Amino acid sequence: MLGALGGARSAEPSAAGTAADDVLVALPGKKPLIKRTFRPPNFETPLADLRQPFTANDAFFVRYHLAVIPEVDARAWRLRVGGPSTARPLELSLEDLKRGFERIALPAINQCSGNRRGLFTPRVPGVQWGNGAMGHATWSGVRLRDVLHKCGVQADALEVVLDGADGALLPQTPDFQKSLPMERALDENTLIAFEMNGRPLPHFNGAPARLIVPGWTATYWVKHLTDIRVQPERFDGFWMKGAYRIPTGAFPGARFASQETPETTPITQILVNSLVTAPAPDARLTRNRPAELTGWAWDGGTGIAAVDISTDGGLNWRAAALGKDLGRFAWRGFHAALDTSRPGPLAVAVRATSRGGERQPEKLTPNPAGYHDNKILSLALEVA
Amino acid sequence: MRRTALKLALVACTALASCPLLAGEEGIHLIDGPGHDLTSSSCVSCHSLDYIPMNAPVMSHAAWEKSVHKMIDKFGAPIRPEDVDEIVAYLAAHYSG
Repeated sequence: MLGALGGARSAEPSAAGTAADDVLVALPGKKPLIKRTFRPPNFETPLADLRQPFTANDAFFVRYHLAVIPEVDARAWRLRVGGPSTARPLELSLEDLKRGFERIALPAINQCSGNRRGLFTPRVPGVQWGNGAMGHATWSGVRLRDVLHKCGVQADALEVVLDGADGALLPQTPDFQKSLPMERALDENTLIAFEMNGRPLPHFNGAPARLIVPGWTATYWVKHLTDIRVQPERFDGFWMKGAYRIPTGAFPGARFASQETPETTPITQILVNSLVTAPAPDARLTRNRPAELTGWAWDGGTGIAAVDISTDGGLNWRAAALGKDLGRFAWRGFHAALDTSRPGPLAVAVRATSRGGERQPEKLTPNPAGYHDNKILSLALEVA
Repeated sequence: MRRTALKLALVACTALASCPLLAGEEGIHLIDGPGHDLTSSSCVSCHSLDYIPMNAPVMSHAAWEKSVHKMIDKFGAPIRPEDVDEIVAYLAAHYSG
């Protein structure tokens, strides 16, 4: 399968300062995105495509761990649901899912655990993402818990293991499988989605159905879902035990107790964070011409209480105006006028506070995999 | 020889219809030097070679050693133990920060 190479250079500098290296390439069915790696495909959404309230399906970021990504035939596709902690295993077609269960639509942030890893100091290995390993969409599907209840979850259930159709070239490479604790699997907002922004999921975002775990990082949002297994013991796969882990106790957020060790624990909830969509990080503003700072703020599911901005490098803060509240898993717009009456540098900083009381910190918390970069944003603007 | 090893690996990949080899990947070539062929053919069987320059600023001899062992131990990369030193030395010489 050969894709078109849209070999244009990115016109917009990324916050990583790697604009010269950013190459835009179009995957089949996608518009040109920032190519991080070809295979497995890892493609980032450019800042220009993060300015709309909902990120377009063809601009939505793409992230895979393994290189074999079959085009799943939606008519032949079956979802197997069962495992030792269920009474009645099920096999469902897409039609079964659509007809047999209540339909839910939910706007939610989908953010890679490693979003902004490329901005980490000191830098850490891994896909060197800028700001665009995330997007916002309305996801439609059915509740995972409604499907699980139909197969009779037993009292001994501890975790739900999820597997998708994608796999590795070599049989000895660990397949990408994830697990969720029961309480999160049975949460009313955890969905099996088959639509994104009102249209079928794009191939590279998990067609024909993927898991949606609003508020948790995208590693749990298993694509091309094929198997759901409920089991009474901890799942020991590599992608739970050996990856996507953070130092125990270092960050706020839900705990995944059955997977926790004294040293490390799985990453779970998204931390409160924000993104400036305009002006550009190093923009020069024209004196006395009105200028507005705009962007998005989000968190792991409590919603945004406030966004503050500073124009003196963080000494004094004032509240930005907040946009429409689309739900606690959605991102929330903010805007604030910038004073352009005096020439010179304008050291802008932005910090969001969640309804849960978490606020973006001044410094990031070091961790080996470069997760959870939610430090206060700084922009070195200039008025001239 | 060099191009042949790379081509063979890419052909093996495209033989699987579901392995999305994109136009552009064939254009990625690592810096010439001792160990180039072995390194290219060992890495490209599982992933595109752009992973290497992408991570170069973060890497060192010790970090590449750790990375190559992770590929073998965790991901099952078919790399012979006697080839590890040559691959690590090549990566450290050309792709370190």
